[in-house]
Amino acid sequence: MTRNPQNGLLGRIDGDVAGILLLAALLVIVLPLGLDIFRLNMVGKYLTYAFVALGLVLCWGSAGILSLGQGIFFGIGGYCMAMFLKLEASSPEATKIQSTPGIPDFMDWNQLTALPWFWEPFHSLTFSIVAVVAVPALLAFIVGLAMFKRRVGGVYFAIITQAFAAILTILIVGQQGYTGGINGITDLRTLKGWDIRTDEAKLVLYFVNAALLIGCILLCLYVRRSKLGRILVALRDKEDRVRFSGYDVANFKIFVFCFAAALSAVGGAMFTLQVGFMSPSFVGIVPSIEMVIYCAVGGRLSLLGAVYGTLLVNWAKTMLSESFPELWLFAMGTLFIGVVMVFPNGLAGLYQQYIAPRLRRPIVGRAKMPAAAAPIIPPHTAAD
Amino acid sequence: MSSDKFDAGKPVGGLPSPLRRKLLLGMAALPAVGLLPRGALAQALPTDAVNTTKLAVTDSTVKVGILHSTTGTMAISETGSVQAEKLAIAQINEMGGVLGRKIEVIQEDGASDWPTFAEKARKLLVEDKVAAVFGCWTSASRKAVLPVFEQYNGMLYYPTFYEGLEQSKNVIYTGQEATQQILAGLDWVTKEKGAKSFFLIGSDYIWPRTSNKIARKHIEMKGQKVVGEEYFPLGHTQFNSVINKIKLTKPDVIYASVVGGSNVAFYKQMKAAGIDLNKQVLMTISVTEDEMLGIGGENIAGAYACMKYFQSLQNPNNEKFVAAFKKMWGANSVIGDVTQAGYLGPWLWKLTVEKAQSFDIDKIAVASEGIEFTGAPEGYVRVHGNHHLWSKTRVGRARPDGQFDVVYETADLIEPNPFPKGYQ
Repeated sequence: MTRNPQNGLLGRIDGDVAGILLLAALLVIVLPLGLDIFRLNMVGKYLTYAFVALGLVLCWGSAGILSLGQGIFFGIGGYCMAMFLKLEASSPEATKIQSTPGIPDFMDWNQLTALPWFWEPFHSLTFSIVAVVAVPALLAFIVGLAMFKRRVGGVYFAIITQAFAAILTILIVGQQGYTGGINGITDLRTLKGWDIRTDEAKLVLYFVNAALLIGCILLCLYVRRSKLGRILVALRDKEDRVRFSGYDVANFKIFVFCFAAALSAVGGAMFTLQVGFMSPSFVGIVPSIEMVIYCAVGGRLSLLGAVYGTLLVNWAKTMLSESFPELWLFAMGTLFIGVVMVFPNGLAGLYQQYIAPRLRRPIVGRAKMPAAAAPIIPPHTAAD
Repeated sequence: MSSDKFDAGKPVGGLPSPLRRKLLLGMAALPAVGLLPRGALAQALPTDAVNTTKLAVTDSTVKVGILHSTTGTMAISETGSVQAEKLAIAQINEMGGVLGRKIEVIQEDGASDWPTFAEKARKLLVEDKVAAVFGCWTSASRKAVLPVFEQYNGMLYYPTFYEGLEQSKNVIYTGQEATQQILAGLDWVTKEKGAKSFFLIGSDYIWPRTSNKIARKHIEMKGQKVVGEEYFPLGHTQFNSVINKIKLTKPDVIYASVVGGSNVAFYKQMKAAGIDLNKQVLMTISVTEDEMLGIGGENIAGAYACMKYFQSLQNPNNEKFVAAFKKMWGANSVIGDVTQAGYLGPWLWKLTVEKAQSFDIDKIAVASEGIEFTGAPEGYVRVHGNHHLWSKTRVGRARPDGQFDVVYETADLIEPNPFPKGYQ
């Protein structure tokens, strides 16, 4: 690097921290004051996708591994939470109309007469919360091990993740006695006796969600700042050079893939809690690609950009579909084409190009402009 | 409810001139006067009295929601329901609205996506505070919105024939539950065709599975045999292996509940494999006039469909309905079973509100029992205490032109029984 690393780092810390504080203020103060509980709950739902987008910023933006199957992990996280909530909602008293009381309603419709063994541990909340993170991470580890150790990457990896998303959807839809099939797991009511459907619960869950998101952003920032983060960028730009320097490239890729999976899963679990159900329509190829779009609109290299991108796309989706129920898909299509044509680096790119220089001018002064405006998008030379 | 009320509201096909509209409004007021024993006009009912739960009701308007998929894979099926509901609402408005209040529609798109349905249902109930919602098509979308309707105490009129096993204070099911659609059809095919063996084939989700479970029980209770039961994922298009199995097992009846686009492949491949539906009896519970458009009449001609309504049904109500529908939505439009059930929703709601003299959901839920609609295109219907409809089962035979010949209808209305004992 040509510029003074210490100055650059300090400048970036200030910028990042200010950005996170701004986002935190927006999420915790501005939105709750400005929106009614219905709209706030919707923002909460959008924010759960932001967890996936964060994971993609690390996985795709930093390390260059494009996964088109993040819906798998979002879905598994959501299902783990939904299984716990469904078991709690299926007490023998609540389900006494069924042929077999005490099991989830969809199992009864599918002639199951006992709870399958893999549902049993989900009676425990602790187990469920651990499973939310551990199961997707484990799956990502296995997939990563199989792929990256064999040096499968790039487009091939993206296609294989798509295939996994399709497989998991078919599995869930086909095994409806065990999974609820295409209907998903619906009608979730309480968490340890606390009714999650009330407005107060929604408010509490919104803040929990926002806090978790800020926490995850800080965690991601930490990873990106660490030596690990630099190695990820290096292997994105010149994988062979990193390998020849003695690093086991596959392990780093596996790590970041698992990390992104775990983040997505946290989002999925929060989604289930806030929306009150989980279905295979979040697992498949289409939602997985949509999640990549959120990340792309925000700017795949910027953690905060991913959050804003997710919010923007989902908000536009809701508003357009409410205003033009028959035409909104065209409007969304136009928006995406516009993003790709006009600002390929997303919102973060726009900010970096037009807004940031103006903001810094009065603070840093014109003399230091070039250093302060160092691109967040490292060109290929950045690693040299 | 006197039937003249409907006759007054029925002139639907005429000129849309302002004069005519005024005339109709005047006519509409007459039966309204008859309805209110104290002689009060509908407008005289204060909004505070008919709306104690802050729904979107004013002195002159009432808001309702329409929630169907207008985009995505289900749009092709759900468009008919949207059209029928809008037609019914236009007709009701033409005759003066509900309790003197014009119906205003807020339409939302479920986008063939269950979570979107839940989000939009919440929006309609919480933000718009609509007095009723007409909507949903697939079971999955209904399951997704049901907790929302129960939590915010809304009222959903659900038009599709479905698997049963459900009953809610907040839903009126204007389609048939599974036993209403299945049992009479099976009895008919046994009696008329001497059927002894059945091959069940369906798409892999809750409705075909539950329907076939009921069908299997009924078949086996009568000492007949099920020689095969197969399921395919939604959207599946390769039916060659099952067609071979059908050829090997030679069932008397193929009993099909394949839905959506898969139908097109299924019937075309059967035809290509040389199965002649004029010789091989096939009974379907999932093909209406809407699906026939995609399948092509020549590919399915000869098959029997078990429904409660066919467009070709001959009665005065239906003739008026079909004429009005085509006038509003084009001469080429077809009307399937679910479209007709969608048309019932707004009318049943109107009748219930007028019986309850209130828009309050709790009062409507109670007042719904026993509501009769004599103007239904399918003939007379009545709401059961379990919020389903008493209705007839009919068997139609597919014609190459995409319509059905009605070959059988039950003599009486069949009682809805969403939790059938002995079939679970």
